[in-house]
Amino acid sequence: MQMSGAQMVCEAIIAEGVKTVFGYPGGAIMHVYDEIYKQEGFEHILNRHEQASVHAADGYARATGEVGVAMVTSGPGFTNAVTGLATAYMDSIPLVVISGQVPSQLIGTDGFQEIDAVGISRPCTKHNFLVRSLEELPRLLKEAFYIARSGRPGPVLVDVPKDITVDIGEFIYPDSVDIPSYKPTYKGNKRQIDKAVEAIKSAKKPLLYIGGGVVLSNASDLVRELVEKTQIPAVETLMARGVLGAKNPLLLGMLGMHGNYSSNMAMSETDLVISLGARFDDRVTGKLSEFAKYADIIHVDIDASNIGKLVDVDYPIVGDITEVVEKMLPALDDVDTDRYQAWREILKRYDDLHPQSYVDSDEVIKPQWAIERLGELVGEDAIITSDVGQHQMWAAQHYPFDRPRQWINSGGLGTMGFGFPAALGAKRAFPDKTVINITGDGSILMNMQELVTAAEYKIPVINVILNNHFLGMVRQWQTFFYEKRYSETDLSFQPNFKALAEACGGIGYDVTTKAEFDAALKDAIKQDKVCFMNVQTNRFEDVLPMVPSGGALFNMMLPQKEAK
Amino acid sequence: MAKATNERRVISVIVMNESSVLARVTALFAGRGYNIESLTVAPIPESDMSHITIATNGSTKVMEQITKQLHKLIPVYKVIEHEEMVEKEMVLVKFPVEESLSDIQVLCMAYNGGIANVGPNMVIGMVADEPCRVQHFLEAAQRYNPIEIVRGGVVAIER
Repeated sequence: MQMSGAQMVCEAIIAEGVKTVFGYPGGAIMHVYDEIYKQEGFEHILNRHEQASVHAADGYARATGEVGVAMVTSGPGFTNAVTGLATAYMDSIPLVVISGQVPSQLIGTDGFQEIDAVGISRPCTKHNFLVRSLEELPRLLKEAFYIARSGRPGPVLVDVPKDITVDIGEFIYPDSVDIPSYKPTYKGNKRQIDKAVEAIKSAKKPLLYIGGGVVLSNASDLVRELVEKTQIPAVETLMARGVLGAKNPLLLGMLGMHGNYSSNMAMSETDLVISLGARFDDRVTGKLSEFAKYADIIHVDIDASNIGKLVDVDYPIVGDITEVVEKMLPALDDVDTDRYQAWREILKRYDDLHPQSYVDSDEVIKPQWAIERLGELVGEDAIITSDVGQHQMWAAQHYPFDRPRQWINSGGLGTMGFGFPAALGAKRAFPDKTVINITGDGSILMNMQELVTAAEYKIPVINVILNNHFLGMVRQWQTFFYEKRYSETDLSFQPNFKALAEACGGIGYDVTTKAEFDAALKDAIKQDKVCFMNVQTNRFEDVLPMVPSGGALFNMMLPQKEAK
Repeated sequence: MAKATNERRVISVIVMNESSVLARVTALFAGRGYNIESLTVAPIPESDMSHITIATNGSTKVMEQITKQLHKLIPVYKVIEHEEMVEKEMVLVKFPVEESLSDIQVLCMAYNGGIANVGPNMVIGMVADEPCRVQHFLEAAQRYNPIEIVRGGVVAIER
């Protein structure tokens, strides 16, 4: 069928089953927007900043597991999208971002709104294309979606010069993709899997170390089965919260810099780490030479370059978590679960000694209380997004996540301003679910223009602003490591958050007491409007436990115990 | 262990012959802090692929990461970390015409080369040999007051 390049872009998006595209028009991509106007195969959400468009597509992708799509124009449109690409890249989120580019004949002339998009995005995309001709456009679009979702997922940029969107040619969307140089490994090596299973059976203190790869592989049910069958204790990374479910008796908690005591002690004392889709990030390991010092390591990862990158691995298995765990399960039929009983008891004692805790207050709202209360009021039904900082860690520690894809946050890049637009994406994908962005008074301002987007499209997400009038996480480090010199972290000067929300067509709530918190949340859930819940918390609350940067995991600063 | 650090290695990277593939490879080295000692690239005859030869150095762990990271690039078809290889490098040297033409010729022939060109003001010698032999040649050539030296970078093939 004959059509323009712009039409081909739209047809490819429809063919891939994408229902919502987030974006922002501009000169170089106007022909595509002209076709968007004419078609009915997908809806387009106009964010008020390109960064938010990419985060929204990212939130959509994380909530659904499908490829998210964002569209931006050339030059500043694209550069605004870079933080979004990098955020998705670090967390392996499948995105296709389509950017306009100046006409082919102007490329390299410093034309108006020209920037080398493929050059800039090379280190923060899984792959990128500058489309050279109309003939290759359908194939490159197909490959972009394929590369984004296959193997270790990631964002793919397709940079389309304006003249190619105007040209008319034959559109045949390929049914399949064959890239000779790109063949992801899904099946783990059988012999390696057998060896790993034997290691599990002969270990005394094994520990499952569950990462975001389990979520990406949709392997949570299998991993729950693995835990159930073997009765091996487990820890989750920040990206894996919800995989096992908060009620799982074998889940110790989150490990790492702000991990709980039993999780970090388990990692320090285990004799066999079974790593599933985790990548030994420095925020998880602390001092590498002390990390899992007494353990052999099984490392299952679809990306071979993750294996052996930071720690030496005894049982490397390159493959998809789903396929590998499916092969492990029958081989573990005769596992002796009593073998690990003593180990489970040790860890139970650790948890009794220092449970995840905080000292609550009757006078002020403690941020941890607010998170726990959210959990009680909306619990497993809600989708929770977050920004970056103290509130993010408190949410990861205290919210009772019960399923994968319930918890959406920027773990790898740590992008402030991610949570609100990501919540819009998640809510658009699941309009019947309550979607709450847990944020801080610093982060929320980084994409607050999305109030307008949310109001226009009636996307009623709830922003719970845990307001301590500080850039709290940096303030916490300044307290601990910079002799309380609070350099540029005091946010005492603030907007009127309630009025700000209302000015943009949303609802604002000022919350200073626990009763007001309950009332505001219950009211917000019923509304069809976006809202800001401005929750005043105590100013100097710290995220604990904490492993100081570069320290060993077992050297934790622990919370005070409540005075009895 | 200390001996294994910063060992010189030669890697062949077989890539799809498409635009910006060389930029992807070199950007990976720059972005991750790996060193490139020399780099050559040319299309593989009768195929849609190119052969990139990179001489680099690093510990075993770094080499393993380089190989894996290269392999992760979408247009990279194959990465060969050479063990048993034949390795050659070409070098062109421009000498003043006043220097002894026969001496230069004999020197070049000793290193698998010869005189490539003679002009009114200069003589160009060419040598193609193993990189360490090329180094010896360049040291020996110093006495003939070379004006300009252009090394081609290594190419390697597994035996």
